[in-house]
Amino acid sequence: MELLLQLVLSGVVTGGIYALIAIGFVVVYKATRVINFATGELMMFGAFFAWTAMTSAGAPFAAAVAAAALGAALVGAAVERVVLRPLMGQRTISVIMVTIGLSSVFRGIAQIVWSGEYRSFPPIFPRRPIHLGPVLLPSRQVYPFLLALAAIALLWLLFRFTRTGTAMRATADDQATAFGMGIDIRRMFSFSWMLAAVTAALAGIVIGTIGGISPQLGAVGLRIFPVVILGGLDSVGGALVGGMVMGVLENLAGGYLDPLLPGGGVKDVVPFAALVLILMIRPYGLFGTREIERL
Amino acid sequence: MRIGDFKESYAADEALFRTPTARAGLAALLAALALFPLVAGEYLVYLANLVGVLAIGALGLNILTGYTGQISLGHAAFMGIGSYAAAVAQTRFGAPFWIAVPAGGLAACAAGAVVGVPSLRIKGLYLAIATLAAQVIFEWIFTNWTGVTGGIRGINVAPASLLGFRFDTDVRTYYLVTAVAALHAYAAANLFRTRIGRAFVAVRDRDLSAELMGVNLFRTKILAFMISSWYAGIAGGLFVYFAKVVTPESFPLTLSIQYLAMIIVGGLGTIQGTLYGTVFVTLVPEALRSLTQVAQKISPEAMSWFHPMKDILFGAMIVGFLVFEPHGLAEIANRIRRFFALWPFPK
Repeated sequence: MELLLQLVLSGVVTGGIYALIAIGFVVVYKATRVINFATGELMMFGAFFAWTAMTSAGAPFAAAVAAAALGAALVGAAVERVVLRPLMGQRTISVIMVTIGLSSVFRGIAQIVWSGEYRSFPPIFPRRPIHLGPVLLPSRQVYPFLLALAAIALLWLLFRFTRTGTAMRATADDQATAFGMGIDIRRMFSFSWMLAAVTAALAGIVIGTIGGISPQLGAVGLRIFPVVILGGLDSVGGALVGGMVMGVLENLAGGYLDPLLPGGGVKDVVPFAALVLILMIRPYGLFGTREIERL
Repeated sequence: MRIGDFKESYAADEALFRTPTARAGLAALLAALALFPLVAGEYLVYLANLVGVLAIGALGLNILTGYTGQISLGHAAFMGIGSYAAAVAQTRFGAPFWIAVPAGGLAACAAGAVVGVPSLRIKGLYLAIATLAAQVIFEWIFTNWTGVTGGIRGINVAPASLLGFRFDTDVRTYYLVTAVAALHAYAAANLFRTRIGRAFVAVRDRDLSAELMGVNLFRTKILAFMISSWYAGIAGGLFVYFAKVVTPESFPLTLSIQYLAMIIVGGLGTIQGTLYGTVFVTLVPEALRSLTQVAQKISPEAMSWFHPMKDILFGAMIVGFLVFEPHGLAEIANRIRRFFALWPFPK
């Protein structure tokens, strides 16, 4: 029982972080119908930006996060303007491959700028573990999780209550109508990418504080596919639910199935097995828009 | 160069190589391929083997993605299935290579049929994600099904032999690989002159219209997956005999991406383009490696730049071709050919 509780709770912690990554991904998909395979690398950039600000410039954590967000926003805007805009409305494969290509470029740049070594953030959070009933949660997971939740709440407020947020939702909803209402669609595309990059950067910092950073940090980016498929590719709320479910699912699978199988690594494959099942049964996910097409 | 070329029969008009120049070019290519190992060094022959194996796989992916429009991020996994099937056939059942390699092809074919099933319900982005999942799952199976795949240590394989002739050196393997690759390229080129091949193209261009014209979508898509996987499986089978060992690390997601890069750089939906793309994508990192070795003599740190630069170059290549030359090297080749069509006479 205690094992179950422990697994579920650390699953929720992982899930919160997945949710944050997935939201950035969904924002771009909603606005531009681009599957962003470079999400992981944008995370890695964000983490490195913050790390550099803290270690080289000696900035406090909050300032480093702000600097990373700013840097990421610039990267996001540049990516949208230089690479994605010429490909707007192109074949699916072009749009997929271009973000894969970008991720490779980003990895290379990171290796040159920050070298391939493992880095870790200077200590940021208090070290004392946190007792939650019978369960002991390490502080290096709990505080980042809270950070992720705060970021998600901030994003929600932005979408719900600001003028730009409303315009972005309108654009995602119906481009033609939004355009007719005087919304600058291109600027919204650009904003979406900036926002996605900032979200990814925050997620990267969160992950970086838990497990350290290296140019390979972006590999986590693949984990969002089960999350967004479960939640629905174009649903922000779905990303939140999907993240939690997948986080718990992979922890439970890892905890209970790993000892039974000699090779282990169940944690890495179970979300993808679930992904295939979801695609067979309900491809639009829990909350995604249902595109009806009969063939 | 190609003026005065009139056809007097339908057979001549439908021929695969229609003009004397094309036929001469083919003959020259075959001669060059046959003579290549006699002039090239050991390392170049090794690279040629690699290109040959990858070209077969890339042809398969282009049949599926370029011609039928079904995106696959799991092509490396099918190659892996072919490799393991061939290795198991040889080591467990003592099958000679001319059985083991086709067995690899058939195993991949069967797996392709299964993975292809979701393509009926989902397409585009969703299919890409489904095949990505297949890649992750198969990679996990390769590593964890130790009873069959040997886990991380993999399986060692003896060199191929035919009627007492052992393909144990790179030069000998070269002829085997090149012959199989040429055969598969020829078959692929012919495929698109048959009903099945045209149905593939119809499905890519507009699946609804294809269905209305009597193309059975389900059967056609599954068939495309099977043929494509057969190519991947054969590539995998040959890879075993070329590398002499098969491990899970040989078939990562990055290889699937590399395959996609090859067909994009070469040109989606062209056979020659696939071959250009394979050569280009395989040799560019090698050119970079040689360049780094030269640079190393000037500055000893140059080697540490090799891997990052390789990543950057690979990504920039994909992005660059997609943005500036979306029809790939095949289109560039066509442009050159058009320029010389009337040459030396002015247009």
